[in-house]
Amino acid sequence: MAHARRQPRNLGRILLTIFAGLVFAFLMLPLLVVFPISVSSASYLQFPPPGFSWQWYQRYLEDPVWIEATIRSFKVAILCTVLSMGLGVPLSFALVRSRLRGMRIADRLVAAPIIVPNIIISIAIYSLFAKLQLIGVWYGIAVAHTILALPFVVILVSAGLRTFDEAQEQAAMGLGASWPVAVWRITLPQLRPSLISAAFLAFVTSFDELVIAMFLSGASMTLPKKMFDNIMLEIDPTIAAVSVLQIFLACICLGVATLFGRGVVPGTAGR
Amino acid sequence: MDLTVRGVVRRFGAVTALAGVDLTVAEGELLTILGPSGSGKTTLLKVVAGFEIPDEGTVHLGTADVTMAPPRSRDVGMVFQNYALFPHLTVAQNVAFPLEMRRLPKPERTQRVAEALALVELTDYGHRLPRQLSGGQQQRVALARAIVFKPRLLLLDEPFGALDRKLRESMQLEVRRLQRRLRLTTLFITHDQEEALILSDRIAVMSAALIEQVGTPAEVYARPATRFVADFVGESNLLDGIATEGHGAEVSGLGRVQAGASTGAPGARATLLLRPEALRVGAEAAALPNRASARILETVFLGLSVKLRLQVEGGPEMLARLPLRPSAPLPVTEGEVVPLGFATEDVHVIRHG
Repeated sequence: MAHARRQPRNLGRILLTIFAGLVFAFLMLPLLVVFPISVSSASYLQFPPPGFSWQWYQRYLEDPVWIEATIRSFKVAILCTVLSMGLGVPLSFALVRSRLRGMRIADRLVAAPIIVPNIIISIAIYSLFAKLQLIGVWYGIAVAHTILALPFVVILVSAGLRTFDEAQEQAAMGLGASWPVAVWRITLPQLRPSLISAAFLAFVTSFDELVIAMFLSGASMTLPKKMFDNIMLEIDPTIAAVSVLQIFLACICLGVATLFGRGVVPGTAGR
Repeated sequence: MDLTVRGVVRRFGAVTALAGVDLTVAEGELLTILGPSGSGKTTLLKVVAGFEIPDEGTVHLGTADVTMAPPRSRDVGMVFQNYALFPHLTVAQNVAFPLEMRRLPKPERTQRVAEALALVELTDYGHRLPRQLSGGQQQRVALARAIVFKPRLLLLDEPFGALDRKLRESMQLEVRRLQRRLRLTTLFITHDQEEALILSDRIAVMSAALIEQVGTPAEVYARPATRFVADFVGESNLLDGIATEGHGAEVSGLGRVQAGASTGAPGARATLLLRPEALRVGAEAAALPNRASARILETVFLGLSVKLRLQVEGGPEMLARLPLRPSAPLPVTEGEVVPLGFATEDVHVIRHG
């Protein structure tokens, strides 16, 4: 009896596994194309590649323009992450905790930069930054990227904060903590998974961003802008090599995020 | 340290949560705020703890005016309804938190944490996380955390609500013993009148943003000042009548009821309280000054006693509670008509009926 009843559940599980596998394949296939091309011996984008070679990685590492663009992208993404976290976390507290009616409306507006086409944002920022002489400087791009990254930070952190039991903060204050200390010692450690995901998303949003960078970077290119130029001008597999390196970076970030995002409670990771 | 609340008013928009509350808790006393939800008792607790600032009135701890002081400077230990333990900290870290905030040196901290955990009999649980403990154990951690820094006042916000009945009773007695032993001035909030009767030195009954009566459990139970208190604390038979000469009142269906005290000016309305256990049924009723005859509508067996719902002929429905012995059969049956009686001293006159 028990055996017979288990049958349909197994079937469902198999179907679900197949479905998940297909979706996963859909997501992963582009990677399977990019990786072989990056180690191609051909001098143009060709699939399947005729032979094996590390030449495109070498080309990337030896070209100061690529390396400069990469370093610049890191700087931009790190500053963007710091800015969006520094602005987004306090903003989330204001949006979730405030009893003002205006905050409800503000809460809805936070997603606006996601909805507005990037190109519109870029044009608007361009004309503003041109006046401020922020075109062609790396921190100008970081500030502009913050506009794009902020909604992700606010959405993630607010969601975490909404499920947080505020009584704990009150308890901490009753036990002798000031509000900032209560937030630092009690609230933020429990929001750690949300905070790490938010920081990761902010970083990736900036590191991958092309449209704003095209408008604002001028001669000082970010990595996506350099990749775009590469496609426009030469179309060689260097771009595939760079893509693979970017994918590895993202994987490392994700790995770090899962490692520290898990075990909100100390001691559980070791068990 | 003693707590004095004077003329406290707190409004939320059009709603008045506290409409002028006066209260004193003596040093070492356990005072219970008893009231239904929405009576303002939680707001009062928050005002005392410092989470709410009153619109009017003052709060004093000892001689210090703490009305406007932030929670952290009040030195008040609080046990929350759902304990509010910090899930990312171990039991020992939870209990150490208030000591850390007071910048106690580490060796002293460790010692005080150990003492507090010993008090609540959780000595070996310091390294565990709150979610690895049972409800009763979590409750004790919350209690240890609230008393470890020797607070001037202990606040308990319905702390037993989440526990099952058996555990609740043993925790109540444990808290009571601890509170007496440490002579902690304690303000206890509950909507459970039974709990209030068990635990309190004194009870303050709250209703509609005001304190209706303050007294010992025995006073509040036997001599409630208002109809609300009589009804909310324990089970009651409330009889409406017209006062007559000589401590009596005319109650429809019961005739002239003789009370133990003055029922007020003759001709005025009088409200009389008769607790179910004061009613006598059957042969015992014959010798009593107040008598009637009633039909038994329902009997509810409660182990220690039996509860009867009675219909007085041409009069009110009443509740009676007769003690039982395990060996004796139920003294009455449903549907039976029995004589009913009660003594004059058991009739309490409610002043503000």
